[in-house]
Amino acid sequence: MVASLQQVFREEWGRVLAILIGFLGDFDLAEEAAQEAFAIAAERWPRDGIPSDPRAWLLRTARNRATDHVRRSRVLSSKLELLATSERQQVPMTGATIPDERLELIFTCCHPALALEAQVALTLRTLGGLTTAEIARAFLVPEPTMAQRLVRAKRKIKAAGIPFRVPPPHLLRERLDAVLAVVYLIFNEGYGGRDELAAEAIWLGRALAQLIPDDPEVRGLLALMLLHDSRRETRFRDGEVVLLGAQDRSKWDTRQIAAGRAELEGALALGGRGPYVLQAAIASLHAETPCDWVQIAALYGELYRLTGSPVVELNRAIAVAETEGPEGGLAILDRLGLDDFRYLHSTRAELLRRLGRTDEARHAYLRARDLTDDGAERRFLERRLTELAT
Amino acid sequence: MTYVMVIYQGDAQERQAALDEEEQKQVYADYQAINQTPGVTTMPPMGRPDNATTVRVEGGKVLTTDGPFVGMKEAVGGLFILEADDLDAAIEVAARVPAARYGGAVEIRPSEVYW
Repeated sequence: MVASLQQVFREEWGRVLAILIGFLGDFDLAEEAAQEAFAIAAERWPRDGIPSDPRAWLLRTARNRATDHVRRSRVLSSKLELLATSERQQVPMTGATIPDERLELIFTCCHPALALEAQVALTLRTLGGLTTAEIARAFLVPEPTMAQRLVRAKRKIKAAGIPFRVPPPHLLRERLDAVLAVVYLIFNEGYGGRDELAAEAIWLGRALAQLIPDDPEVRGLLALMLLHDSRRETRFRDGEVVLLGAQDRSKWDTRQIAAGRAELEGALALGGRGPYVLQAAIASLHAETPCDWVQIAALYGELYRLTGSPVVELNRAIAVAETEGPEGGLAILDRLGLDDFRYLHSTRAELLRRLGRTDEARHAYLRARDLTDDGAERRFLERRLTELAT
Repeated sequence: MTYVMVIYQGDAQERQAALDEEEQKQVYADYQAINQTPGVTTMPPMGRPDNATTVRVEGGKVLTTDGPFVGMKEAVGGLFILEADDLDAAIEVAARVPAARYGGAVEIRPSEVYW
């Protein structure tokens, strides 16, 4: 009972809130009303049972709460106007016919006129239903700071007239890419060990794939996240980083790898060849034994032509080192000019070590270590330095 | 929604002065097109910031200084008012302002009543 109640809440929060924002035109009022409706449900449903149409129940209750708030409000003039508009709009009242406005909501939350960190927080709050405290914890900022960030973002949406809609065709690609970037950023924040964020990002990715089933990049991102996440259990051992080659493959989540590959197949079938699809294809190859490094190097080459990112070139260098030997990889690295990037130095160090160029390897490890504050990664480099000395 | 559109020239005037004649004509045509865009209310053109006088009042005494309140590069270069449905519509108009593509910028400020 409790589990299924949580599941209903999880599924319904974003949908109910999206509808409320759509017809109330006010984030704060909608959020307050939704919160109250969910609180009433949490009290009554365990006692009376889950209603046959939970979504319609939540929406009706939330709308009544919102109406009460508006009536009680002392700032009458603007609120009355708001109420009049909201009452004019008929909200369909059965689960099957209630429109899904989560897409409108996510495009509003990820509007480029909001700061990226605000986009992330707002997406997690509204679509994901995380509390302000949970988001603050996940991003390691004090709760009042996060609360302030959310308040400011919601105020700006209203004051600046950020629209609540799916962008028109000429803006869609650019705006959808911004949404995907937010979801991937949430995933990457979680990848360092905060599992709840990674799970949240995958959940958002699934919702997006359901809402926009014909976009290969949407499917590609979902595939990429599923494939990376399938190795989550094996990336750390006793708080220490474990590299791909040394990971315990028997502990990879094979079901999730299969799900990721199915999404990737779907994306490729749609003719996808964008950055997320390519990265997912690479992640899929990484999960194979033995790894097809030639194809991985070729895919990184294609990704580099799309993005021009030197970090992608760095990854190609690693793949080339596997097929042509460390010299081939080093030759690519030495053209990159990423002198302040710690992974450039740790990768160089690794290739130099394999070539037996110990002194140069030590210098590179030292440089990488000095650029790293993170505990586990820094300890990994320290370990490598010790091994080199013996 | 009512937006106040604030144009900053930045390097735009210098860069526009260096354009060839055809491109300069295009710049004028683009400003003209913005002035004629539905929803746009123009203001008198703003003169150069080096002719500005900045006034402060301290302890009842009027203090004047030569030049704009901020630096020459940061000075406001022009203003217009835009009535538009939403921020996306305002961004589209802002992106057509020549200063924005020649090193300047347009700031979109929603109008707000404080009293």
